[in-house]
Amino acid sequence: MGDPFALISQWFTNLLLGWGLSESAATVIRLLVGAVILATISMLTVVVLIWVERKLAGRLQDRPGPNRAGKFGLLQPIADMIKIFTKEIVTPAQADKTIFHLAPVVFIASVLLMWVVIPFTATVMGANLNVAVLYVVAVGAFGVVAVLMAGWSSNNKFALLGAFRAVAQMVSYEVPMVLALMVPVLLARSMGLTDIVNAQSVWFIVAAPIAAVIFLITSMAEVGRAPFDLLEAESEIVAGYHTEYSGMEFGMFYVAEFLHVWTIGALLGTLFLGGWRGPGAETYPLLGILYFYIKTFIGYFIVTWIRLSLPRIRIDQMLAFNWKFLTPLILVVLIFTAILDKVLEVYAVSGWGHALSMLALNVVIGWATVQALKKVEKSRQRRRPEFPPRPVAVAPKSE
Amino acid sequence: MTGLEFVFVLIAALTLFSAVMVVTTPNMVRAALWLILALFGVAGTFVLLNAAFLAVVQVVVYIGAIAVLMIFAIMLTRKVMKDSGPQTNSTWGLAALIAAALFGGLTFALTRSPAATLMAPDFSTVSDPVAELGRALVSPQAYVIPFEVASVLLLAAMIGAIYVAWKK
Amino acid sequence: MLTNWLYVGLFIIVALVLPAVTIIVPRFIAPKKPNRIKVDVYECGIETVGEAWVQFKVQYYIFALVFLVFDIETVFLYPWAVAFDKLPLFAVMEGVLFIALLLAGLVYLWRKGVLEWA
Repeated sequence: MGDPFALISQWFTNLLLGWGLSESAATVIRLLVGAVILATISMLTVVVLIWVERKLAGRLQDRPGPNRAGKFGLLQPIADMIKIFTKEIVTPAQADKTIFHLAPVVFIASVLLMWVVIPFTATVMGANLNVAVLYVVAVGAFGVVAVLMAGWSSNNKFALLGAFRAVAQMVSYEVPMVLALMVPVLLARSMGLTDIVNAQSVWFIVAAPIAAVIFLITSMAEVGRAPFDLLEAESEIVAGYHTEYSGMEFGMFYVAEFLHVWTIGALLGTLFLGGWRGPGAETYPLLGILYFYIKTFIGYFIVTWIRLSLPRIRIDQMLAFNWKFLTPLILVVLIFTAILDKVLEVYAVSGWGHALSMLALNVVIGWATVQALKKVEKSRQRRRPEFPPRPVAVAPKSE
Repeated sequence: MTGLEFVFVLIAALTLFSAVMVVTTPNMVRAALWLILALFGVAGTFVLLNAAFLAVVQVVVYIGAIAVLMIFAIMLTRKVMKDSGPQTNSTWGLAALIAAALFGGLTFALTRSPAATLMAPDFSTVSDPVAELGRALVSPQAYVIPFEVASVLLLAAMIGAIYVAWKK
Repeated sequence: MLTNWLYVGLFIIVALVLPAVTIIVPRFIAPKKPNRIKVDVYECGIETVGEAWVQFKVQYYIFALVFLVFDIETVFLYPWAVAFDKLPLFAVMEGVLFIALLLAGLVYLWRKGVLEWA
């Protein structure tokens, strides 16, 4: 059957050259068209995701979800989009107008840019960068800047406070995320996502389950999904850094959040679940895309499931969890994974043997962590003073 | 002009324009944002020099950490964001003259040096520049001592910063 | 290799222009009726008190600082991880030493009480 995408790309290039364009101009136009297609597909995926999310939220909360707009509520996202397009964009008084209007664009650009490096099949991807993993972290940094821009330019103390807390959260959770991303890079000996996918004859989730879990948790905190969504805690600081945004600009923040969760699913699938690999994916690229979408959806489902099941945690609990648990844990995992990987390489163990030894290491570290946590809990119990039993209400003594 | 030169002129113009705006804009937060754009231009220059790893490191560390730290410092410590008073003081003529002389001197020296004819390093023979960098960082013949000293330096920086900033 | 980065550059432009277009379109179809109350900033439904500035809480700055140090550490470690195949065992131990030194730094911060929020 061949590779339909290479054929289309070749046909398009020949078309452009036939019109008399030079080689480099044809390349630029081909890449530009590819970029526009990728960006449009990403943003249209969000339209589908809005429906998926609300139906899923409904079913997990034992209610039907949207079912009025069209059969099964399938036209609901269209209705939402029409509503958001026609709402007035209110600019707050004395806000810094340029930065105010620029912030949602930068925010969603930072998420869209992640799709450049994700491989859909062996040959279909935006750009095969050899530093793709750090590139993903780098574009995340632009999201942080956009949040600060949004909170600052709203001229609203709650938005500014919300922006600071959001940035503190995003920046804190970036440390274990970058360290957890280093584990697949170590195992695949490369930072390029295509190389990482090609190295997964055994999926990396077998060899590095702790790193996968930590990547999932920290990415959820980066997006601001529950249980880490105190940034949007309506009862606490209204809507945080996007309090003053309305209409399509708020829509952009909303779209960026959904797209980011979908991107997390895609990254989880690519880094730990083997990306587009599966039976028959090398010969039929379309099968590769199917496997890719299935794995992305698994990641998306897990994130949404956690979101709809757990309560929100406080900011001090969240930061303590990050700095006192996740960061030391991932550093320890990294040290032992590196040592074990080198030892296994010296003894020339690879494939399933390698993966299973790594799995055993992760199990041992996990068990040791649980024991340590139990000891900490016990020492905390001992320090808690015993209160003598007191009656709840005492009758007044004076008559 | 080749495509590469065209892109370089574009990125260099962006960087220089942002750098000038950093210094001249009266609003401090805007200055920080122009700085971010200038750093982004530097990252683009790294890409043109075939140093893709350094480009992403530039964005991750400089824009993602240092610029954010600077913005925090600005936003947390200043009540009024606009600088008040005139942008220049009485000796601005002399300062402009010295700056122009320095610029002329540097340009003269650089165009006469071997750096004027250097091209971007050719990495086509190196299979994986990042792996080579990694090997150089830990090999005893290359940079292992600076590598370990760097970790001690980071530890010292952390402790020092906490000592200065922490009040308990 | 540079064509890959050309794609990234073009995608940056597309990723900025496409949402900008999506935001500009409502300017033509959405109403635009600002009045004094609507454009007032939100402060729980009452008039704003004072300018928009936040009380200096050093904790924000401390977390950003610690993040910076650990970020630089990971940036040093990435080439080490990528070159893993070519490294003998003692080079791996050098990297482990690097990580261990920074783990010690984290423990120092923890014991000093720097990582508390309150």
